[in-house]
Amino acid sequence: MAELVDLARAVAAEAAPGEEVEAFASRGRETSVRAFEGEVESLSSAESAGIGVRVVKDGRMGFAFAGALDEASAREALAEARDNAGYASEDPHAGLTGPDGVEAAGLDLWRESLAASSPEDKIALALELDRRTRAADRRIRQVVSADYSDALRESAVVTSKGIEAATRRTTCSLSVSAVAGEGEQTQTGYGYSVGRELADLDVGRAAGDAAERSTRMLGARKPLSQRLPVVLDRRVTATLLSIVAGTLSGEEVAKGRSLFAGRVGEEVAVGNLSLVDDPTDPAALGATPFDAEGLACRRNRLIEGGKLLGYLYDTHAGRVAGTPSTASAVRGGYRTTPGVGARAVLVEPGDLDAEEVMAVVGLGLFVQSVSGVHSGVNPVSGDFSVGAEGLMIRDGALAEPVREIAIASTLQRMLQHVLAIGSDLEWLPGSAAGLTLAIDDVSMSGS
Amino acid sequence: MVQSETTLVEPDVLRRVLSEALKRGGDFAEAFVEDRSATGITLDDRRVEELSSGREKGAGIRVVVGETTGFAHTADLSERGLLAAAEAAAAVARQRGGRAREVALTATPAAPSDVSVLPGSVAKARKVELLRQADDAARSASGAIVQVSAGYGDSRRRIQVANSDGLLTGDDQVRTRFRVSCVAAGDAGMQTGSESLGRTIGFELFERASVEEVAAEAARRALTKLSARPAPSGVVPVVIRRGSGGVLIHEACGHGLEADHIVKDSSVYTGRLGELVASPLVTLVDDGSFGDEWGRLAIDDEGRPGRRNVLIDKGVLTDYMWDELRARKAGRPSSGNGRRESYQHLPMVRMTNTFLTAGEDDPDDIVASTPHGVFVAHLGGGQVNTATGDFLFGTTEAYLIENGRITEPLRDANLIGNGPDVLARIDAVGNDFDMGGPGTCGKDGQSVPVGCGQPTLRVTGITFGGTAGG
Repeated sequence: MAELVDLARAVAAEAAPGEEVEAFASRGRETSVRAFEGEVESLSSAESAGIGVRVVKDGRMGFAFAGALDEASAREALAEARDNAGYASEDPHAGLTGPDGVEAAGLDLWRESLAASSPEDKIALALELDRRTRAADRRIRQVVSADYSDALRESAVVTSKGIEAATRRTTCSLSVSAVAGEGEQTQTGYGYSVGRELADLDVGRAAGDAAERSTRMLGARKPLSQRLPVVLDRRVTATLLSIVAGTLSGEEVAKGRSLFAGRVGEEVAVGNLSLVDDPTDPAALGATPFDAEGLACRRNRLIEGGKLLGYLYDTHAGRVAGTPSTASAVRGGYRTTPGVGARAVLVEPGDLDAEEVMAVVGLGLFVQSVSGVHSGVNPVSGDFSVGAEGLMIRDGALAEPVREIAIASTLQRMLQHVLAIGSDLEWLPGSAAGLTLAIDDVSMSGS
Repeated sequence: MVQSETTLVEPDVLRRVLSEALKRGGDFAEAFVEDRSATGITLDDRRVEELSSGREKGAGIRVVVGETTGFAHTADLSERGLLAAAEAAAAVARQRGGRAREVALTATPAAPSDVSVLPGSVAKARKVELLRQADDAARSASGAIVQVSAGYGDSRRRIQVANSDGLLTGDDQVRTRFRVSCVAAGDAGMQTGSESLGRTIGFELFERASVEEVAAEAARRALTKLSARPAPSGVVPVVIRRGSGGVLIHEACGHGLEADHIVKDSSVYTGRLGELVASPLVTLVDDGSFGDEWGRLAIDDEGRPGRRNVLIDKGVLTDYMWDELRARKAGRPSSGNGRRESYQHLPMVRMTNTFLTAGEDDPDDIVASTPHGVFVAHLGGGQVNTATGDFLFGTTEAYLIENGRITEPLRDANLIGNGPDVLARIDAVGNDFDMGGPGTCGKDGQSVPVGCGQPTLRVTGITFGGTAGG
């Protein structure tokens, strides 16, 4: 990491009088293995690195990047960012942050064991995942792909205003997609396991989930359209929470593009719902000690007891709103500028397990998975309409499978109609934790 | 016309790299070299927020040994860097103990699309000015337009491909795009509207199309929905306007006809060649050589020429889409559908410009002969499960059809259906073909530019995922 910090420091030190410069340098090493029908279908190993440079002068910001870490590329990116800044509009809120005094959480997200593990061990895991998924149920007709992948990532951000932050982390995952068949019908199921080192990975669970989720959908039919309560699987809840957290971006709020704009202090959800974004929780896969602008991440309460407390901010959005950054700057890598985003969102768990949540509902729909989230959820109007598959809940227990349906409501209504919150919290890939969640009065479109 | 230059690495170096890749044996080796530069400018909340530019160069090397592909990439285009990547990719051949092979390369020139004005030669101030024009045009549409964002983007992607069959070729792909998104505020809340424009050409795009019109269309779409009522819930007949619903075709059958899904038996279209899989009114084509559409390419990312492939002919399934690897195993040529996001990715089967050809019906008659249903004027994204055929896509502008007339606007919703079932239910196809806007298709974590198109068409019944009782 020292090399990244040195390079970023050298670029930031080039700041001319009246100019602010930020350099973000990152490097990643990735391995992925795909198994198919007992063979290795592909083995990829990759190293990528690059630098992104922001320059702010006279209230104007410019950005440029290069997919390399040599000094010449970094200097070229700096010159290009300077030039680009000249074309931006003047913005009284533009500018980089200096240190804000908040101490970084001592998170250890790097596992040397993963860095040291051999390709052979990774290949063995992918092959075992393929084999165990095939063997899990006689109705598994195909395992389309059994994947192992990992990433070792290091990054450093240094600014001419005194920020100097470096982070590194390891992640690895197994994922498998199974096709189950019986008679004419085909159904699919996806299973995964994630962690920071190989020992965290649970092949049996990934294989078992894929098998269970595909086989239990066999015989699914299209139900009649009706309004009913739905129980969201943990994965679906995590998807929903990521969307809700996106609407709480201070940047979108300031630009009038959030359904929660101007609603701080209002009851936006049922009274027992509390929502938090906490990247300092080491169990969260999105955990990190520093945000993308180099400020220490912190626990941000967003909704408490149903009441909206506030929004997430990076430096710019905070200045627009007249409030400090909540250290919620995220960036997609060295190719993009930072923006506001959540990293580790969770709903405070309730005290019912998944079975008890279904018992509360009695008659309803258990939603195993949703699709079309990017085309069917509008964070401005709140309109929510997604494809779904799952099982009916009858007499408080899972009953027959249903497919080719859509569920619809609005985000506003859904938060107000939460019936029960599960106790089964689990951190999932992405930026949110899942738990079983029941929501009343949702339209199910079928035949 | 602009002179293109696609020699990124000297052919002699590539020849030695391929020989290194096959040093321990192997059935196939390939080097893919890429030099990409891009500029993006965004205007939001009345301000030019960001002007970003960047350049990335690198090469991806793959080695195929039996059923296994080894892949490695590097940003170091020196001979040393390329040889190191070749050795890493060849690691999969380690245990097999095959024999080394020498490679000879024969250059095959490709024909990049005509570009008259390279975006890199245009002053940044001119690009910024386009955004301001769009902002003004959108805001002048109505006082109810409360927010506007607009984006300009251009990219130049030069690629060079060499493989152990002796192929050596290259392409110079220039794309330019523009988009506008608006938020309108009314008594019943806020609504959004967007519109985009994109072609595989240079800055001359803006001589052919007006950014003001793009902005006005985005604003109109948001304003229209201010008075929208909830979309229906349940199965309804749907008329889809020309050039708006290509994404339906892309999801309902495009992905399911990609050979990687076929050979893994994870598509509902597996084993159905020669069978009727759609209404006889349906002829489906994927065409990488189509004009200057968004998915246009002179060669794919495996060096094979983009070309016109008829996939469904009058309802009968005639072919799938193929990349090099799957075609090789099937003992047939690639169809020019091997694509990758960048040198950091392995190629796979991807669509280019996918469209349904024109039929014979008058589009007005299609609406007039629909007593009750929904008219979809603009679609958003979609998604499909190829194994089950279940797919969906979102509407961003739709209206009720009552007594054969287009009436009230509807709020956004997703439509859900099953591919073969929906294709069989197409009972009217208009004579008014058009391509839609620039699309981005995501598959297995890789995004590539694609085009979609279709004439006005009617599906006799598809499930609308709204909230209003049937």
